[in-house]
Amino acid sequence: MRRTQPSALSQLVEITYKRRRLVTRAMMIVLIAAFLVATVPLFSVFFHVVRQGLPALNMDFFTHLPAPVGEAGGGLANALLGTIILVVLASVIGIPWGVVIGIFLSEYGKSRFAALVRFSVDMLASIPSIVIGLFVYALVVIPMKRFSGLAGGLALGILMVPTIARTTEEILKLIPVHIREAGLGLGVPRWKMILFIIVRGSMGAIATGVILSVARVAGETAPLLFTALSSRFWFGGLDQPIASLPVQIFNYAISPFEEWQSQAWGGALVLILFVFVTNIITRLALRRAHGSGQS
Amino acid sequence: MKIIRKRRDIHHGDRYFYFLLKGLASGLPLLLFLIAAFLLKASWPTINEFGAAFLFTQDWDPVGEHFGVLAFAFGTIVSSLIAIAIGAPLSIFTALFLTELASSRVAKVAGFLVEMLAAIPSVVYGLWGIFVLAPILRIHVEPFLGKTLGFLPLFQGPPYGVGMLAAGIVLAIMIIPTITSVSREVFRSVPQSYREAAMALGATRWEVMRIAVLKTGSTGILGAVILGLGRALGETMAVTMVIGNRADISASLFSPAQTMSSVIANEYAEATSATHVAALLEIGLVLFLLTFIVNSLARVFVWRASLGRSAR
Amino acid sequence: MMNMMMKKISVLVTTLLAIQATVTIAHSAAATRLTGAGATFPYPLYSKWFFEYQKRNPEAEINYQSIGSGGGIRQFTEGTIDFGASDAPMTDEQLAKLAQPAFHIPTVLGAVVLTYHVPGTSTGLKLTPDVLADIFLGKLTKWNDPRLTKLNPGVSFPDTPILVAHRSDGSGTTGIFTDYLSKVSPEWKKKVGQGTAVKWPVGLGGKGNEGVTGLVKQTPGAIGYVELIYAENSKLPYASVQNAAGHFTLPSMKSVSAAAAGALKTMPGDFRVSITNPPGKDSYPISGFTYLLVHQTVSGAKGRTLVEFLEWAVSDGQKLAEPLSYAPLPHSLAKKVEATIKKIQVK
Repeated sequence: MRRTQPSALSQLVEITYKRRRLVTRAMMIVLIAAFLVATVPLFSVFFHVVRQGLPALNMDFFTHLPAPVGEAGGGLANALLGTIILVVLASVIGIPWGVVIGIFLSEYGKSRFAALVRFSVDMLASIPSIVIGLFVYALVVIPMKRFSGLAGGLALGILMVPTIARTTEEILKLIPVHIREAGLGLGVPRWKMILFIIVRGSMGAIATGVILSVARVAGETAPLLFTALSSRFWFGGLDQPIASLPVQIFNYAISPFEEWQSQAWGGALVLILFVFVTNIITRLALRRAHGSGQS
Repeated sequence: MKIIRKRRDIHHGDRYFYFLLKGLASGLPLLLFLIAAFLLKASWPTINEFGAAFLFTQDWDPVGEHFGVLAFAFGTIVSSLIAIAIGAPLSIFTALFLTELASSRVAKVAGFLVEMLAAIPSVVYGLWGIFVLAPILRIHVEPFLGKTLGFLPLFQGPPYGVGMLAAGIVLAIMIIPTITSVSREVFRSVPQSYREAAMALGATRWEVMRIAVLKTGSTGILGAVILGLGRALGETMAVTMVIGNRADISASLFSPAQTMSSVIANEYAEATSATHVAALLEIGLVLFLLTFIVNSLARVFVWRASLGRSAR
Repeated sequence: MMNMMMKKISVLVTTLLAIQATVTIAHSAAATRLTGAGATFPYPLYSKWFFEYQKRNPEAEINYQSIGSGGGIRQFTEGTIDFGASDAPMTDEQLAKLAQPAFHIPTVLGAVVLTYHVPGTSTGLKLTPDVLADIFLGKLTKWNDPRLTKLNPGVSFPDTPILVAHRSDGSGTTGIFTDYLSKVSPEWKKKVGQGTAVKWPVGLGGKGNEGVTGLVKQTPGAIGYVELIYAENSKLPYASVQNAAGHFTLPSMKSVSAAAAGALKTMPGDFRVSITNPPGKDSYPISGFTYLLVHQTVSGAKGRTLVEFLEWAVSDGQKLAEPLSYAPLPHSLAKKVEATIKKIQVK
């Protein structure tokens, strides 16, 4: 069969064009599939944590101390409170320090010294958290001759500093130069301008960064193993070992006892809900405060 | 007179403020220095005793007091490479989907879902790894791989479920949000005109992505992947829970292994001899240096991709 | 918006802290807090002991963390805990490192059992010392190996690999088990040796008795060594082992007591003794004492509480051992231990 002048070239173009379109279509499917596959673990984790964790959540879980090994009942109340205390302690150390470093980097960030600080922030963020645990063990636990909530809080606090410093710096840098100049032009001292115009104006955004890093630190386990240890009792002072939810989940997860495994799932559910809810709330709040949300 | 005094006041206030900030900020380099100094000092006994051999022996024998980091370095590096092999393509494609394909509304929700992967605590991934992932691997995946690809040494040996493969998969999941979000930033920073130019040349949608976006952003993508690698190298809890904790170098991905961070988590509080403790701290030092190098490298790449913003 | 939220959060946190504070005060007006750590081997019993003891003496809050015997020895040496616990007695070298001299207080006896998870084989596994050693040396790798089937006629073993589970942390259970293997297998002694942490030829590592039991339970084809109560509590079967007299014995309170009886004559004054592979046809070959490590001089309310607890543990406390499958101290020994406890000086 012959058609009118189907030059070899145009035929080739036609074929390659078809192939190119096919490849494009296939790749679009690949992209969507990649996204779907990437979110499978999220749903799987969430599904299993809810399914196996929900039955473990009862009144006892939130109000009772752990039962002796292998006995039914008991709860994780001390671990829940322990985590709250550790996180508050970590915040006391980590938030002011982190925010101040963030302010320093954004407002005085051009010197060589500031470059060193920025480098330290990046490096501290990349140190494995277990190494921080080793450090605090030598720094606090050995001299105090005691595993303690203080040591655990310090380890978590150190972990918070780089994230908070970095988000604070980034947020403050978003403030336009003309606002700074306007402040200074009015004769306001620079420190007042920084604190009362720049920092105050970004309070909400900084708080978001802070809350997200608090949420992250609440789930940390590794740095607590050699610092806070754990405890079967209620909080007995900051110089005492203290129970925490992540460590308790770890201990229960590797145990052979079904009662404990079930409570590990329950603990995981509480932890995940806390993290998810704080993430969602802060993001929504930020979005509402700033019109469009850029996280 | 009044004006001059006021000015001096401003200067004083500013100076105090500056010194206050600087003082608090200088605590951070100091902290970093202290951590490094502590690790160096505490591991000095084994550095002295074993020297460079520590880095190249795989022996980990607390009874005979022979210690070497090699088996753990192998575990850390191989599990992280598995994580990159699985996680990097997924993340890069996901980032492409989010920036180039999805509508801004879809991208917002989808991006949030991917970011939530980073919010799940490590210990919860470990729990999930033990009770969900490991049984799937043991019952379905590993026997299947053994049957079909068993001629490769990678897929030989008994299916434990927990082991190198399980650790690699969990790590892959944990680094997806890192690589995705940095890649996303990289793709966003590619000027729109590049895409338009490619389109004007008659490129299809995928070709636009390939030529204009992926190629332009390749340095940044590399940075993102290395950043993901950095995160995988230091991860502790989830890996400790699923890797099987055995100091061994094996070709098979099914076999148990141990990473540098997991051996510290397992043995540091309970090592009884001074040499054993020092050896564990030297592993901490090696880990510290390794993550240090990898993250510096990543930052160089990400910065070079002119992504002045966050690199997390 | 944000400020409001921050305020709400801070109010919430303050309230929680206030609740916590009241709870704490109400709970521990005059609490004496002790922290101990170490062996996981006796942990089920110790957690019961501390729980029951606090019921009788509400002010005694004894926090015991099962981090492994190696950890007990290490942290006791570092002085970060008030007392340690170990199933492997401290070596002379370790004792020399202590800042203050300490006593080993034996509390109970327990058996290290071989627990397994073999589909289709729910009970009755028999093991000889050399088969056991070869499994842990990685030389015997299949459940249907002729040596196993010959030893266990009538049992149908699957054609699956043997997955060995062992401890990843420093462990007294490992100490007892490797002590036994070193006694019965020259090859083990040469290649691996005895210790709280050794270089395992094969297998998966789990943290604590809990972790190893968990691994065995999760993994079909697995075999691991744990304290008896862990296997019982998790409803896992355990093997009978051929003892020095050639009899296959199941681990039990009785067979462990029989093993201990032989050791009584040779018991040294500081109680540091190994009772693995003892003579006697009723003895279970892999068992041992578990110890609390206590300073010879203790101080204050803490010291007093600790000594009172120890006195209770070796007398009334012994009654709680049997329900949890531990063997109580033989009577004559308990008397000696009480005498040692009396020697602890409270300042």
